[in-house]
Amino acid sequence: MNAHAPVSMSPEKSFQGLILTLQRFWAERGCVILQPYDMEVGAGTFHPATTLRALGPRTWNAAYVQPSRRPKDGRYGENPNRLQHYYQFQVILKPSPPNLQELYLESLAAIGVDLALHDVRFVEDDWESPTLGAWGLGWECWCDGMEVSQFTYFQQVAGFECAPVAGELTYGLERLAMYVQGVENVYDLNFNGGEGEAKVSYGDVFLQAEQEYSRHNFEHADTEMLFRHFRDAEAECRALLEKGGRGERHLMALPAYDQCIKASHVFNLLDARGIISVTERQSYILRVRELAKACGAAWLKTDGGGVA
Amino acid sequence: MSDLLLELFSEEIPARMQRRAAEDLRKLVTDALVERGLLYEGAKAYATPRRLALQVVGLPAKGQDVREERRGPRVGAPQAAVDGFVRSAGLTSVEQVKVESTPKGDFYVALIEKPGRPTVEVLAEILPSIIRAFPWPKSMRWGAASRDTGSLRWVRPLHSIVCTFGPETEEPEIVPFEVDGIASGDVTYGHRFLAPQPIRVRRFDDYVSALEKAKVVLDADRRKEIILADARNLAFAQGFELVEDEGLLEEVAGLVEWPVVLMGQFEERFLAIPGEAIRATIRANQKCFVLKRADPSPSPREAAGRAGAGGGSTGSEAAPSSTMPGAPHPQSLPAASGGREEAGLANRFILVSNIVASDGGKAIVAGNGRVVRARLSDATFFWETDRKTKLEDRLEKLKSIVFHEKLGTQYERVERIAALAKELAPVVGADPALAERAARLAKADLVTEMVGEFPELQGLMGRYYAAGEGENASVATAIEDHYKPQGPSDRVPTDPVAVAVALADKLDTLVGFWAIDEKPTGSKDPYALRRAALGVIRLLLENGVRLPLKTAAGARAASVADDLLAFFHDRLKVYLRDKGARHDLIDAVLAPVSPSPPVGEGREGGTAPAGTTPAVASDTGIPPSPSLPHKGGEGPNPLTADDLLTVVRRVEALGRFLETEDGANLLAGYRRAANILKAEEKKDGAGAFDGAVDYDLIASQGQIEEKLLAVTLAKAADAARASVAAEDFEGAMKALAELRPAVDAFFDKVTVNAEEPAMRVNRLRLLSGLRAATREVADFGRIGG
Repeated sequence: MNAHAPVSMSPEKSFQGLILTLQRFWAERGCVILQPYDMEVGAGTFHPATTLRALGPRTWNAAYVQPSRRPKDGRYGENPNRLQHYYQFQVILKPSPPNLQELYLESLAAIGVDLALHDVRFVEDDWESPTLGAWGLGWECWCDGMEVSQFTYFQQVAGFECAPVAGELTYGLERLAMYVQGVENVYDLNFNGGEGEAKVSYGDVFLQAEQEYSRHNFEHADTEMLFRHFRDAEAECRALLEKGGRGERHLMALPAYDQCIKASHVFNLLDARGIISVTERQSYILRVRELAKACGAAWLKTDGGGVA
Repeated sequence: MSDLLLELFSEEIPARMQRRAAEDLRKLVTDALVERGLLYEGAKAYATPRRLALQVVGLPAKGQDVREERRGPRVGAPQAAVDGFVRSAGLTSVEQVKVESTPKGDFYVALIEKPGRPTVEVLAEILPSIIRAFPWPKSMRWGAASRDTGSLRWVRPLHSIVCTFGPETEEPEIVPFEVDGIASGDVTYGHRFLAPQPIRVRRFDDYVSALEKAKVVLDADRRKEIILADARNLAFAQGFELVEDEGLLEEVAGLVEWPVVLMGQFEERFLAIPGEAIRATIRANQKCFVLKRADPSPSPREAAGRAGAGGGSTGSEAAPSSTMPGAPHPQSLPAASGGREEAGLANRFILVSNIVASDGGKAIVAGNGRVVRARLSDATFFWETDRKTKLEDRLEKLKSIVFHEKLGTQYERVERIAALAKELAPVVGADPALAERAARLAKADLVTEMVGEFPELQGLMGRYYAAGEGENASVATAIEDHYKPQGPSDRVPTDPVAVAVALADKLDTLVGFWAIDEKPTGSKDPYALRRAALGVIRLLLENGVRLPLKTAAGARAASVADDLLAFFHDRLKVYLRDKGARHDLIDAVLAPVSPSPPVGEGREGGTAPAGTTPAVASDTGIPPSPSLPHKGGEGPNPLTADDLLTVVRRVEALGRFLETEDGANLLAGYRRAANILKAEEKKDGAGAFDGAVDYDLIASQGQIEEKLLAVTLAKAADAARASVAAEDFEGAMKALAELRPAVDAFFDKVTVNAEEPAMRVNRLRLLSGLRAATREVADFGRIGG
């Protein structure tokens, strides 16, 4: 279907083409195409367009790419599959449409997965985010034995029941691209579809970053400072929640939630530095969750959260 | 007779839930029918990834008519009472009620006739509530309806319902009902990719064949047969042999509606890593089977059933906090529990796809192969990285792993186990230095990459790494085997070093959790302590090891030694009962050892005194054994109950003895004596006849049978005691058997309750002595039937 697309736009030939195709696909199905959230997050789910918008009664359909940072997964650029920074393509549809599985399969076809040729499977995978106080049921989506997406029906977010339930699709873009491009090493992915001199690989774009951030994440991030940042973010989140409260309404749910995101990322960095013990780890996760819950409660008192 | 067809069509149901869900559906529907008087001839339920289906055959078209006469108030009763009665009988006027004369007067009687309801109507009523309350382990809401948090829950979104009912010979009708906007009908759908079109169905027969045409095999067992047969054939055709795996087979059959078996391959070089690691990688991540090179001379091996039981994942020591520390992995691989099946693995794997691909499966095989290679690359990386650090150098890292909040780190635990293993070594015939060394290294693999990734390889990887580092062979074996046995059918280590470490590991766990009062209760045993105790029992018995458990435990936590020993006794009873031993004999041998209770404290038979084995009945489900009431006295030699091997030998000897005529008669004599004593102790008070027999009295005034018993008894008791001390239980039984003629003659000729009080007391003391003599070997009062 994309045979005639220029290589720079082709999902089979370029990484960017894959992203553009998915954006177009979901745009054509009524989604708001957002841009990445401008903060460090561990997954596309953290974007307020998912976490907060999943709460409350309002209809919401959106799709976006979200760079995701998992400091602990850094491998100094030496592992062909693991990255501390990678892209997720996130789709959230609230309420979940009855044909969500079919839509997902159509999107795979759109990026060049021939469903008559490949074995696509929905394999049980219950999703839970302890830091967001969220859980849902769904699957990992397999294509010929490789997990290419996560498919989740959100049941609870920030400790609140989802009513209605949102359907969330998360495409692992690098993996999918490796699959459709037939590449074994993520750094070999063709980013722009160019050939020869004109080719820009994923490694050209990101290898140096993976090396540098691995050093940072594992060895050099200033832990004293990070602890301080965690405390600051936590305190600021609470302060904003306090200052924004107006009885049945809340005026600063989004800025407060930013601080919750910040605390979460700082915690991930500290975790990568290996200086948080098992018991402390639990308590940090709990602290972030408490923030997420409070932000969710505040959101439900806003227009976006459904207050008339 | 009519048949029901029900299908609940949804998005993909988790494989592990399908079988249970089908069974629940069958039971819920048939129970509800029976409850409403609708009996059926047969019912069977099925599951695929996308549907639950149920067939119920031989149902009546309608329920039975019911006629009932209901008596109301007396004629002349207040009008309000009469009106109420008429209304409650579903009638409109008192004219419709007849009057019945009885000796007590005239009463209104209503005849209530309830025609049987059509079965379709009943079904339409019961099915929605069954669907709404279906017992999924986890369920969810979805779609627009989920604006209401009370909306229908299902395991994944439910899309359509087929429900038809009717006689075999006629066009069945749709059972009309609706659940949260999903109306029942007669339309289903075929395979998601191969035949997604709607299909109109009438009854079960055409339903199954229509699905088959639409590339859906309804029956999971048939899917399993297909997969297994195709996989075996495919392997055989290329000179390989399938490594069978029932748990994986069950799971894979729940992931496909139309199984297509394909073979893929990977590079030979990956075979350099241990076969178990290859298998764990391919199984866990890819749900694929591995193959062996076909053996021209087939070695005897158990085919099916060897494979791990499959099912849910569980914790390992590598993940101590939320899961069970010290829990051996129940999903243990056959290779880890048996021989080295993976030794001859081939560089091939079997995958089961869900579609008939237009290229014959080439792309699918290629795609799976790529993932398998990537995973094996990871495993190779783990294997190579791990071998760069010696196990010994990893111990420091165990300091950061908390075993249990109150029991310290893995490092501290290893220290304890090493000390204990060294101490136990002489008892099991092991070299103390080797035992200590093995124990010290036993948990080091928990911090390797490979075990981090595949917790079920714990122990096994340690063995590989230890062997590679040139550790003593017994040490390497012990590292793997110290987790064993992990259940009643797991292999028991035999190498003395392994036995020492395995015992030390389990005893440390038990003593530790006892000390912090985290004992198993009812069905809750989060730390698998029952399994640990069973492991100790099997290690001791099957290796013929005599170990004073109480001493071993008491040295570490004296306060818990008695209670822990009682727990071992419980588990021993369960173990022996499972082996077919009589539990009453076990009770008799394990009878509580305690001083006599205070005089006057009546004790019912079978009730154990405090501090012994009070938990037996409740913990194990074994009812307290029937036994004659008896008074606490000297039980079996207290030292031996501490040593389980001796206990078991005693049980065996007692069993054999009771099968002899002497044994049976002596038991009868014992019971007679015990009954008399019980009756007389009621009059004179407990312990009234505990005193020594007055031999002078017997000599001067006693009957000859009395004298004979007194003499034989003294001899037999001494002989039995001596034999027990020498652990010659057969000898002890034989000594008791000598008593039989004297006991028989005594009861035959002597009146116990003599007129003369001194004579009576003395004779009762004689019987008390008989009772005491039998206790040298067992508490006969606890022997049943």
